This record gives sequence, C-alpha cells and structure tokens, in this order.
Amino acid sequence: MKFRTLKMFSALFFIVMASGCKSVKEYQKVYINDAEMELSIRKVQQTENSFQIYREGASGGNGGKSGGGCGCN
Amino acid sequence: MIRIPIIIIAFYLSIVSAFSQATSDSTTYIPRKLKIDEVNFVGSYYQQDGNNAAVTGGIGSEKLHDIPTTIDIRMSSRDRKSRLHSYTIELGMDSYTSASSDNIDPSTISSASSSDQRYYPTFNWQMANEKTGNAIGATLSGSFEYDYYSVGIGVNGSKNSKDNNRQIGLRLQTFQDQLTLIYPIELRSGRPTGMASRNTYATSITLSQVINRRFQMMIMIDPTYQQGFLSLPFNRVYFNDNTETIESLPGSRFKIPIGIRGTYFLGDRLIVRALYRYYWDDWDLKAHTIDLETAVKITPFISVTPFYRYYTQSAVKYFAPYASQDKSAAFYTSDYDLSKFESHFAGLGLRIVAPDGIFGLSRWNMVEIRYGHYERQTGLVSDIISIHCRFKQ
Repeated sequence: MKFRTLKMFSALFFIVMASGCKSVKEYQKVYINDAEMELSIRKVQQTENSFQIYREGASGGNGGKSGGGCGCN
Repeated sequence: MIRIPIIIIAFYLSIVSAFSQATSDSTTYIPRKLKIDEVNFVGSYYQQDGNNAAVTGGIGSEKLHDIPTTIDIRMSSRDRKSRLHSYTIELGMDSYTSASSDNIDPSTISSASSSDQRYYPTFNWQMANEKTGNAIGATLSGSFEYDYYSVGIGVNGSKNSKDNNRQIGLRLQTFQDQLTLIYPIELRSGRPTGMASRNTYATSITLSQVINRRFQMMIMIDPTYQQGFLSLPFNRVYFNDNTETIESLPGSRFKIPIGIRGTYFLGDRLIVRALYRYYWDDWDLKAHTIDLETAVKITPFISVTPFYRYYTQSAVKYFAPYASQDKSAAFYTSDYDLSKFESHFAGLGLRIVAPDGIFGLSRWNMVEIRYGHYERQTGLVSDIISIHCRFKQ
C-alpha cells in the first residue's frame, strides 16, 4: 500500500470535512451524543490497547495510554 | 499459577452490595454534595504464544497468560461557583505467568516475573466550568510489580467553543520509572546491581470537531520523550560469533505519533468508527495503524460490533535476529516487538444497555463483551476477551 498517498488522503479528507463544518445546535446532537459515538478509547478496549503497546513498537496517537509500566514480558 | 485477584473481587462485591441497599434520603437536597455517578468494572483474559522471546535472544517460547482487572469509582460535586468537580479512583491489577521470564534463570523456579502481579492505582480530578467551556484536571498514577515501579503525574486542560462543537485539549504527563537490574543467570558476574531509572515525558494535543449532525472527528498528536535505561537487563543478545551479552539500547528515544479518529452515524442503526495513525521515532521505527469498527444497533439497547485493525512497522535500526548481531555495534536487540512486521487484529463486540437493570440489579445498566484474535507476521498469536460492566446511580 502507498502510505504516502494514504497520509495525503487523510489530511485532505480532514481539511475538506473541517471546511464543511456546520454549527450543530445542542438539540440536534441526538446522533453525536450517542454513547457509541465517543472519540476516545472505550473502556472495554483498555487491555487491548495495553497489549498492543507492549507487543508493537508504536504507542500513543490513539487517545489511549502512552507510558508507564514495564510491559517486560 | 495465576492467583485470583481477591482484592479486586472484594472491592467489586462491596460496591455491588452498597448499590443494592435501598436507602431513602429524606434530608434536604444539597446541590454541592459529593455523589457517586458510576462504577466501572473491566476484566480481561489475555493469552499469547510465539517463538521469538527476547529473554532467550529472539528464540524460545513467548507463551504468556494475563488476567487484568480494573475497577473505578467516579464521583462528582459542584462548588460555590457551580463548577463541576469530577473525581475518579481506579484500582487495577494484572496477574500473569510468562514462560520467557522463567528463562532468566532456568535452573530455578524463582525467576523474576515468571509469575507475578502488577498493581496500578490511579486518581484523577477534573474541574469543568460549563459557562466558559474551560476544564482543567490532574492525574496521579502508579504501577507496581516485582522488579518495576512507575509513578505518573499529569495535568490537562481543554477549551470548548461557544457552540460546543469544537474542543482543543492539552495534556502533560511524566512517568518516573525504576527497574531492578536482574540479568540472565550466566551474565551476572561483574555487572552493576541495584536499580536503574527510566523517565517518560509525554505531551498530548487534541482537536475535536463536530462536522455535522452525524459526523465528528478528532486529531491527536502525542510527542513523547524517554530517557534512562530503555533496554531490559534480562534480554539476551547473541552475536554472529555465538557469544552472548545483554540487550543494549540508546539512553533516549523521541516519538511522534499522529492520529485521526472519526465517528459517523449512518442511518439509524449503524455507527462507523475509524482511526488512522502514523508513528515515527528516532530509533528509525515507522508505523501505520488503520482501525475500523462498525457498531450495528440491533435494537436501541443492543449492538453488535465487528472490528478489524491493521498495523505495520519497520524495524528499529538496532534489531537483528538470533545470532546475527555484529559485535562492533554500540547498540543491539533481538526483541521481535521492535522488528519489522505486519499484524492483524479482528473480533466482535456485544453491548447491552438495560435502563431497568441487568439480572434484576437496577444499578447495573450496561455490559459490554469483546473478543479479539491477533496475528503477527513473526508468528506470535494472541487472543483476548474483555468484559466491561457499568453501574450507575
């Protein structure tokens, strides 16, 4: 996969979508406020996130933990 | 043998029993009184196996079993200026067995971490001013196990736009770690003993934006600097002349992960959650992560979520497999977590929300179960199953 293309696509996607933002009123946030729309790591994923930090070289940048603890095993 | 986390179970049962007591409060309502908002319990079972253990120089069993459990209590109160103060107390415990750690000293059964517990308490305070959209907070955390201690301190702040459609956040954290210098049994002679330090300084900048009624996005940048003893003293390395030593890595590491996360509500039943992350560090490790989840609402209270995660990374410049390191190099590791590989992680989640309570417990209003299978190109495979129970006042 051409990751440079993917990165450029992601940046372009973000800019285009951000420029198309509409001011959404509180009473219009029925979908946005749904519990499953949250942007952070979900609690049920916290162990997955920990083992991915330990078994892979990359960490951070996903809304989860980025340090502390050994992960020696 | 894995010990049952009795402290966690006792703590959990005491919370459940506290909720089950019918109490009538006839006193005058005090708006500023500290109250329990919710209690969360998360339990998991994780197992992995592979044949590239770093303790034995990149060969040997990576078999590991882990039972992590955490419980947190979230409380809140309002001050005289009507600002909302939220407090979270969390206690976590991992109980694990590790085949590779047992090979630090294969002739005994007293190896560090062959079977161990890790405890990680956290205290968090947040203060939000709903009139101005400002929030500040602080976190104190710890992680304690047989040969490793970590203390974390963090502060954070965020600012909401007037229409609450945009938020910018900043978090500064440091983790001050101490590890015991335990070497492989045959390499202990003449090496320093005692403790070594490892310090992490992490910054997190986030910008979230509501795009329209159904779509929101967040960009996250988490520059992190680590210094100190960043290798592990019990990881063996074998050179290409078959001599042996311990892992050696530089005394600092600078990391820059950048992530973009989006959630989209499609129709009335489908929620798409997506993440792309790019990672770079000065050990020459570059990584890409794509994570995709689709939550299908079977009813307004039950949803099923299939998910898939793809990850790829390049190797750090100090990595070489078993018995192929060059003796003239300054730094070397045979830890396959730092090698070049791709990985795939896929599974299924089930979430049930019950406004009237689950199994007759009116306070227990949500349960989420999730199973995932992980395969790494190096041959490491793992499985994880997690459960999250939420109790609300």
